[in-house]
Amino acid sequence: MAGAIYRKPILFAIVSAIVILIGTAVTMFIPMLTPQMHPKLENLKPFTPLQLAGRDIYQREGCNNCHTQTVRPLKTEVMRYGEYSKAGEFAYDHPFLWGSKRTGPDLARIGKKYPDMWHYKHFEDPRAFFAESNMPSYGWLKGRSLDPEDIKSHMDALSFPYTADDISGLSGKDEMDALVAYMQVIGIAVTKTAASEAKPRVKAEEPENPLAGDQKAIELGEELYEGNCEMCHGEHGKGDIGPSLVDNIFLYEEGDLADDDYFEIINNGTSEGMVEEGRTAKGGMPSFSDQMQKNEIWSVISYIRSLQKK
Amino acid sequence: MNDYQYDNQTVRGFIISSIFWGVVGILIGLWISIQMWAPSWNIAPYFTFGRMRVVHTNGLAFGLGIGAIFGIFYYITMRLSRRPLLFPKLARFHLYLFNAAITLAALSLFAGMNQSLEYAELEWPLDIGVVILWVIFAVNIFGTIIKRKEEQMYISLWFIIATVVSVAVLYIVNNLFIPAGLFKSYHLFAGVNSANVEWWYGHNAVGFIFTTPILAMFYYFLPKSTGLPIFSHRLSIISFWSIVFAYLWTGAHHLVYTPLPNWIQTVAIVFTMFLIAPSWGSVVNGFYTVAPDWSKMRTNYLTKFFILGITFYGLQTLQGPTQGLRVVSQLIHYTDWVPGHVHMGTMGWVTMVVVASVYYIIPKIYDTEIYSEKIANMHFYLVLIGQLIFSITMWITGIQQGALWKAVNPDGTLKYTFIETLVKNYHFWHMRTLGGIIFTVGMLFFIYNIFMTIRKGKALSAIKREGVR
Repeated sequence: MAGAIYRKPILFAIVSAIVILIGTAVTMFIPMLTPQMHPKLENLKPFTPLQLAGRDIYQREGCNNCHTQTVRPLKTEVMRYGEYSKAGEFAYDHPFLWGSKRTGPDLARIGKKYPDMWHYKHFEDPRAFFAESNMPSYGWLKGRSLDPEDIKSHMDALSFPYTADDISGLSGKDEMDALVAYMQVIGIAVTKTAASEAKPRVKAEEPENPLAGDQKAIELGEELYEGNCEMCHGEHGKGDIGPSLVDNIFLYEEGDLADDDYFEIINNGTSEGMVEEGRTAKGGMPSFSDQMQKNEIWSVISYIRSLQKK
Repeated sequence: MNDYQYDNQTVRGFIISSIFWGVVGILIGLWISIQMWAPSWNIAPYFTFGRMRVVHTNGLAFGLGIGAIFGIFYYITMRLSRRPLLFPKLARFHLYLFNAAITLAALSLFAGMNQSLEYAELEWPLDIGVVILWVIFAVNIFGTIIKRKEEQMYISLWFIIATVVSVAVLYIVNNLFIPAGLFKSYHLFAGVNSANVEWWYGHNAVGFIFTTPILAMFYYFLPKSTGLPIFSHRLSIISFWSIVFAYLWTGAHHLVYTPLPNWIQTVAIVFTMFLIAPSWGSVVNGFYTVAPDWSKMRTNYLTKFFILGITFYGLQTLQGPTQGLRVVSQLIHYTDWVPGHVHMGTMGWVTMVVVASVYYIIPKIYDTEIYSEKIANMHFYLVLIGQLIFSITMWITGIQQGALWKAVNPDGTLKYTFIETLVKNYHFWHMRTLGGIIFTVGMLFFIYNIFMTIRKGKALSAIKREGVR
């Protein structure tokens, strides 16, 4: 009698439990027992004590409430952030921190995108970089020292490898150092090779700036410079986190570069060991090919040239 | 002496506690809505958006939601079992423990102790506290139902039993964490697996905290307050079994286009579409229950709350599955559309039905009438308008965000930098705060009305006591 169940609460509870456990088993328990849920990229490494301490702070401050860490395999998303996320990148993420809301940009490919100094300055004052940013300032993390014993116990809980030097190296570091160290390791197991394949370096089509000396281009270039370049290269190209653009030293050697070299560096960014005109780069400059169109890049170059003449 | 009096006081205690936590949660909600457009409202370290958002969600889901569920379930279970609670003292202890747990939960989240899984943020010692709370609750609910004096179990009891069983399974599995000290722990599961477990839990927390318990209230209080019987018993049977079966398959629709295996995403999307049927089973049942006499919408103030509530439930359960589809997800996922969706459910469906249940219970406990129907009507229209402003502005800004993120120039480069897409949200975020303020004012009318009803009820029972002497 099917109707009896509505008179027997214990039976009803048991049947309900079985009914909810069917979907649970098929979509959650059984997949968990298969290798497809435990992939690991070959060059993925467990977090170091400093990086884990940074990740703990990322969790504590609830960064995942505003920042995701998954790039979806959609064209514009790959253009904006970089190579789409792979299952094998997250084998050491306890828990995953993919998030569900992008009030701020995705961070899945933030690692090594900017130099450390960029992050220190940005955490301290996000509005110095983006005047209308709504991100809280995190300068207060500076000077809050880490507790090496605590971090050691966290490493042990996760069975991540570390050396005694790793732990003793933590004293003297503060929470900001740890958070920046974590930023720089996010998503780097994949980017190095795959991103450069996905986005081949583009050569400039013209050897010289077609917009050189054009007043309108200089004005547009100034505007673009303030929005994209000033946070690193300083006001009027005087240099800050990034090198000066008006001191006649380029890629660590005296002497100017040609227009097309400028174009290629802005368009493609730099990576460690990259060679441009016989000079070796140390990396740290992001690519602006997705943010700026060709004529916009040339306009920025016109603006930089106008600064150099002053 | 009334056998129910002691238990009624426990019910009232839960209701007042849940209202208190509701006020805390709503005020923090307003605060963080301001932080979205005015970063100077972040006061480090305790009052930054990242920490306060979880106090908002936990405060309302567990403080207001679970608090109301505990109190109202005790009330319904007693009535449908025709007897007082089996363990009245245990229920009272449950009330005190609940408030202690929520207090510690709020403090720990402000302090940044956070497991980083949505709706499972509380650290492991508090998780153990939550499990104890739930066991106490289950013992009393099952005990009372087993010793009932009414042979048949009414629809609401099915939903109550399913809620008690499911939440226990969900909460325990997702909160399997490796402790690293008293205040820190790491998810037992990693990466894609961690994500799959979390959203199996996260989506079903919505299912078994914001859906089945609210349906239990709806099926009980709608007929009670209108005097009209439920339209179809058979429809409620079909809806019940299909909803508790299908819900558990759908969590991965939160993970569309992530590295989670594609087949799990697809299965989740298919079952999500299926869920429209049982959800609308309850919607249809609600509408047809009132259909014999629609004048109840005018003459009985509570009917409005229930019917608008179930209407938003209906819209929610159409919008939700639509969002699960890949073609829609790729546009609106990660945007403000999603908070717009969530708040239609919480402000339009859950809160509507909970406050209406409270409007029904409090006068019943004191054997009196509500203090003011006029204030209740004001409350109704304010929360309705506030919620609509909130949800609609968030849908618009969500679509805008999604479209701007995708916009490209003729030469194929991205048209907008991220900050350019963010800046365009500010007007909508101002509007959202306005909607929130209107909603909050509406809730203050509600609280005033309940407070005055209790005062009136206490005065009346004092007179009655005097009269007997």
